[in-house]
Amino acid sequence: MSSGKGSHAPNRRSIASQVLRNAYASGPLSHAGHATRLAVHRHFGFLFKTTVLLVALAMLLPPAYLVYRAAGVGLNELTSLLGRTRILQILWNSLLLTCGVTTLSLALALPLAWLTERTDLPGRKVWTVLAMMPLVIPSYVGGYTLIAMFGPRGILQELLHPFGVERLPSIYGFTGALWVLTLFTYPYIFMSVRAALHRFDPSLEEASRSLGYNGLQTFLRVTLPNLRPAITAGGLLVALYTLSDFGAVSLLRFNSFTRAIYVQYLSSFDRNVASLLSLALIVFTIILLLLERNSRGRGRPRYYRSSGGVVAPRKRIELARRKWPALAFCSIVVMAALVLPTSVILYWLLRGLAAGEPLAPVWAATLNSFRAGALAAVAAAALGLPVAYGAIRLGGRLMTFAARAVYLGYGLPGIVIALSLVFFGANFAPWLYQTLWILVFAYVVRFLPQAMGAMQISLSQMNPRLEEAGRSLGLGNRAVFRRITAPILRPGILAGMALVFLTTVKELPATLLLSPTGFSTLATKIWSATDEAFFARAAAPALILLAMSAFSIFLVLTQEEREVSGG
Amino acid sequence: MSRLNQRPAGLHLQGVSKQFGPKDAPVRAARDVTLEVDHGELLALLGPSGCGKTTTLRLIAGFERVDAGTIEIDGALVASRSGHLQPEKRRVGMVFQEYALFPHVTVLANIQFGLRRMRADDRKARTKEIVELTGLAGLEERMPHELSGGQQQRVALARALAPKPALILLDEPFSNLDAGLRARVRTEVSDILHAADTTGVFVTHDQEEALSLVDRVAVMLNGAVVQVASPYELYTDPATKAVAEFIGDANFLPGIGQGDTIECELGILAARRPIRGPVDILLRPENVELLVAQPGLPAARVRKSLFFGHDQLITVQLPTGTSITARSGPSDGFIPDQPLQVAVHAPVIAFPRNKSGS
Repeated sequence: MSSGKGSHAPNRRSIASQVLRNAYASGPLSHAGHATRLAVHRHFGFLFKTTVLLVALAMLLPPAYLVYRAAGVGLNELTSLLGRTRILQILWNSLLLTCGVTTLSLALALPLAWLTERTDLPGRKVWTVLAMMPLVIPSYVGGYTLIAMFGPRGILQELLHPFGVERLPSIYGFTGALWVLTLFTYPYIFMSVRAALHRFDPSLEEASRSLGYNGLQTFLRVTLPNLRPAITAGGLLVALYTLSDFGAVSLLRFNSFTRAIYVQYLSSFDRNVASLLSLALIVFTIILLLLERNSRGRGRPRYYRSSGGVVAPRKRIELARRKWPALAFCSIVVMAALVLPTSVILYWLLRGLAAGEPLAPVWAATLNSFRAGALAAVAAAALGLPVAYGAIRLGGRLMTFAARAVYLGYGLPGIVIALSLVFFGANFAPWLYQTLWILVFAYVVRFLPQAMGAMQISLSQMNPRLEEAGRSLGLGNRAVFRRITAPILRPGILAGMALVFLTTVKELPATLLLSPTGFSTLATKIWSATDEAFFARAAAPALILLAMSAFSIFLVLTQEEREVSGG
Repeated sequence: MSRLNQRPAGLHLQGVSKQFGPKDAPVRAARDVTLEVDHGELLALLGPSGCGKTTTLRLIAGFERVDAGTIEIDGALVASRSGHLQPEKRRVGMVFQEYALFPHVTVLANIQFGLRRMRADDRKARTKEIVELTGLAGLEERMPHELSGGQQQRVALARALAPKPALILLDEPFSNLDAGLRARVRTEVSDILHAADTTGVFVTHDQEEALSLVDRVAVMLNGAVVQVASPYELYTDPATKAVAEFIGDANFLPGIGQGDTIECELGILAARRPIRGPVDILLRPENVELLVAQPGLPAARVRKSLFFGHDQLITVQLPTGTSITARSGPSDGFIPDQPLQVAVHAPVIAFPRNKSGS
């Protein structure tokens, strides 16, 4: 896969478009009906189409520029580059981490989901919420808490210091990255498996029992195969998150793709190597998506349902004395993934406050985060609305193309977008480079799909007859939009903006690479303070971020619920 | 047990009880259920929804534990208060209401699911046999979701029958089929079950289904088996007022039992069984005859008529104000408020009226 990048480009593009079509088809866009196209005033239409086209092209800029750069690398150069960067080692590291995190997440998520959904575990509703909550901890905050607890100059070492313990086993590298990414991503699998278990018809298990299979055999032969789609879907999310994660691997110094890209960028400012690594990462991501697609099998439904109608009253499995090990398991996971990280943050916060850690930089960083987030949210709403509206209401090639271009942002790791824009800005737009605007641009490329998703839900729930009714009552296009469409869309737009704002505040790699000199945000503060072992300095930003992150996850979950109930 | 020289009953329930929910406010799903099904017989368990019939079925299959009583299958004890044989050890085939076909494997794999302990060639032979019996040839490689409702039904049946269970249980097996399909599938299933010569119990809330399909029906009301009898007997000689009310259309007329006769507002009627005291007389609509009004006698008046084509139901109001419904041929014409005389085919069945008046 390493040779002849340029000559395979068309082929790769077709794979990419397939992946996108796949993502596109499962997105809310698939509700778009071609029957509901509206006739748009010609003049208005031209302006509208131009805007949409520009947005689409802007979205395609980062990946396109990467391909352009990589294609410029000669064959000889390529071989020497590959030798220098030990790309195979990086590939192996990423593969190992992705597999490890996915497997371990599954080992945590599957029993948790089964216990909370199918047994009479005491307090199962509380456990369900607790088991989902680690999702609010961004990977670099998780990395920070791990290092601040077990790392050099961390809490544990300070505790053990009086006993003459000078060094602890290192948590850096694979172990640490595995620990952090597993604990803060397993909820993806937990949630999808739990939902599948909830839908699962228990009479299937009873049928198996009556056909001579005991409890364990039934679980392996009937329950597990039926959970497979949910496991694959959740596992894919975990794998993609792990592959594109920058925060945890960079703090824990594990040389996977994202860190290698960053190190290349820092040390040599070598565009070609970094671009090449980025492209390799994208290819890796696409392979992962294709694998998942193939594992689904042809012509079979993604989620099996035997039939609709009344489901037999759910009978929970009695744990009896087995409830003690079950409770211990749940407690250990929640302790490690939730209690420990928050306690570590609170400990360092209090210590920092006691030691007179200045709070002014924290407020400055918070303000910067808010400013960048707000700009990104406004930009995403302004740019996303025409694309969302066009895809749902107008249809046609251009609108479909634009929507797909926007969804491309989902598949691109943050560090890849950031890097591409760094090079592009330095080469072609020096007036933009080192300004807040290029950072906001990167945010928009990454998070526009979120804004668009929220708007599309509102749009697809809105009956197009309403707009037609407005027209028949004598309102022009613009008046219809102002007086009917916009007010109905407002909740969707606001939800989308809130989401973009909150995810932007959490964003790390693009912020790190593209911030103007001296511009630090909550995310970069945590990252650099941890990197330099100033644990107290990172505590306050981490706490603020955690609160905001919790709020954003809450928003996503309620949004999904609306999507489900409104579908 | 009691019949030493005879083959043991295919299924025997003795005093089986089961309750759910909190101890202080339990829901008694099965109360002291005693039931015997002969070897090779198909029995219907009929009752309104929530009467405990599905719970009884699940107790027999082993999905629930009995609180009291015993269950024997082919003479072997499978459930009592102290012992519970796991469902996979009971050799009970079950056809679920929603069929519960394994959605992740083919029709063939569904049918062979319970045959894993057989030798390969035996399994093949048995599969062939059962596929032919259920008329599923050609559909073996389909996935369950690619089948019609009637076909799914037959796969469920084939899967349950394949391991040659000692007993087969069917939980509302026809309720998911649309009306047109139901009559046909019902006959098919009945033929298959007869050909397979298995003891069977099927649960239904549809009296037409129960009455037309089996030789004996057990009527279950509020968790208790009230009457086990042939369809004819259930209809013509119900054991309680509740059974009479549940099966077929019924009028009840208050009366006073005087031994062999009952006095009521329609006169003195012959009773099928001697009875005394306040009673409710069961009058099936077809046993009520409407005659031309006779001058001088108080007349009933037509209040409502429902025309069905093959017959019609006429509701008349008696001089005392009570309404009763009569079935009449399609050719008789009735007009609202028309005066009529009401006659009754005797002897009649009556149930002692309980004090609460219900």
